[in-house]
Amino acid sequence: MSAAGRRAPSLETAAAWLLALLWLAPLLYAFWAAFHPVEFATRFDPLAPLTLSNFTKAWAYAPFARHFVNTVMLVTMILSAQLVLCTLAGYAFARFDFAGRDIAFGLVLVQLLVMPEVLIVENYRIMSRLGLVDTILGIGLPYMASAFGIFLLRQTFKTVPRELEDAARVEGCSFIGVLWRVYVPLARPTYLAYGLVSVSYHWNNFLWPLVVTNTVQTRPLTVGLAIFGAPESGVDWGVISAGTLMAVAPLLLAFLLFQRQFMQSFMQAGIK
Amino acid sequence: MKHVYGWLLLTPAAILLIGFTHYPAAATLWDSLFSTGTVVRPSRFMGLANYAALADDPIFWQVLGNNFWFALGTIPTSIALAMLMALWVNDRLPARALARMAYFTPTVLPMIAVANIWLFFYTPQIGLLDQIGAKFGVASHNWLGDPNTVLACTMAMVIWKESGFFMIFYLAALQSLAPELEEAARIEGASRWYFFRRVTFPLLMPTTLFVLVNATINSFKLVDHLFILTKGGPDNASSLLLYYIYQVAFSFFDTAYASTLTVVLLALLASLALLQFQLVEKRVHYR
Repeated sequence: MSAAGRRAPSLETAAAWLLALLWLAPLLYAFWAAFHPVEFATRFDPLAPLTLSNFTKAWAYAPFARHFVNTVMLVTMILSAQLVLCTLAGYAFARFDFAGRDIAFGLVLVQLLVMPEVLIVENYRIMSRLGLVDTILGIGLPYMASAFGIFLLRQTFKTVPRELEDAARVEGCSFIGVLWRVYVPLARPTYLAYGLVSVSYHWNNFLWPLVVTNTVQTRPLTVGLAIFGAPESGVDWGVISAGTLMAVAPLLLAFLLFQRQFMQSFMQAGIK
Repeated sequence: MKHVYGWLLLTPAAILLIGFTHYPAAATLWDSLFSTGTVVRPSRFMGLANYAALADDPIFWQVLGNNFWFALGTIPTSIALAMLMALWVNDRLPARALARMAYFTPTVLPMIAVANIWLFFYTPQIGLLDQIGAKFGVASHNWLGDPNTVLACTMAMVIWKESGFFMIFYLAALQSLAPELEEAARIEGASRWYFFRRVTFPLLMPTTLFVLVNATINSFKLVDHLFILTKGGPDNASSLLLYYIYQVAFSFFDTAYASTLTVVLLALLASLALLQFQLVEKRVHYR
């Protein structure tokens, strides 16, 4: 990123840093509460003893291991299905001039607005008819054909020069062969950006998983965390903070390591 | 042949899209014309009776009003903060990568986790807000239990969560502005504020419109925090339309009425989309 601006006056620098500190404060506070005994929850004594007992308590109190496994299974399943379905559909929209293409594309874009969580009532009914209530497949199914993914890949595939496809065709590649050998490798940055957004979205998604699951065997981290963190559960702050940090740790760590890639991917997702 | 291949490639995605987006959307409309069926009384056609009930439902109007205030309270502030953050991070701020990271971090956290942390700030007496207040002799206050403060409390949290996300759009827009503009302004001796007001701000207008519409659409989908912080209470003072739909469907089991409410939500989203479409059509491109 270019340093186009001139140097900010020191008052503004101070304000910028104050805001940054304010923005970090809730997370820093969660770290403080998680690593200190509960009597130091609001006493910010730099000499307060450190402890890991909040983490062991949180781990024992809620089936975190199970929730982790469920979330990992969920995001992996959704992403792999999305990659396949959106690649095929994106390729169809980018390179095949079939009858009804524009209408079909318009109908696909409807999903950008009407996300599955808006239709919880009907989608729940559909899942119970399919016998998929309280299954991980049931959580993932409505998201697998992602309009955003189809759109993104269509745009990317459209930029691939026709000559490359023709050359591959001359070499004897089939339609699927061309897709696999020419289009997919060239769209790698798009896949990476899309993958990051999809994983973050589904790692954090809550409402639909809450509606469609009702046992520990299927509940992802967010739903487990909501039950665990509810005031009526009577768990103290240190333990809740520890549990919260455990649930966000993988994604937070990935973000800290690949900041720029995250921000660029989120921006692409927003602009569509 | 191209027709066959085209549709063949599209089929798997089309089946899922129709099954979980188009069909349920149409079914919602259909179900809103029927009563909720029970074991003893099967569902029957009601015409527009559910819509009449909706017009008479004070909670519906309350949550719709809440949605309005929630949007009005969070969006302009988030946008202003986002613009400020982007300007700062785009300047040669010392350690600006760190500041950018600080601003953006809330975006990657799940709303549930965020609400878990913020709940502690608002808890009466032992909560952080009251503890700090006590040091200055301010009386304890039940922030989330008071209908007058609860919505503002959720708004503060959402502003914190969303500003950094909007910032990245401004950052991209700022980086595409011609550096000559700034040069020229410097030669002319324009102040920073004057330059912002007369050059940067108008040039960022397309981004602002874009963020504005997206933020408004988003504000109808943001309900996760209510499950932790307030459960929509007290007396629905913090409830929002989508949360009310959830309650009606899965706590009161009135699916027909929940469908009717969903139709309203779909209509609101559709009109926002049309507005967005028109803005895109008219949008001026400075590139």
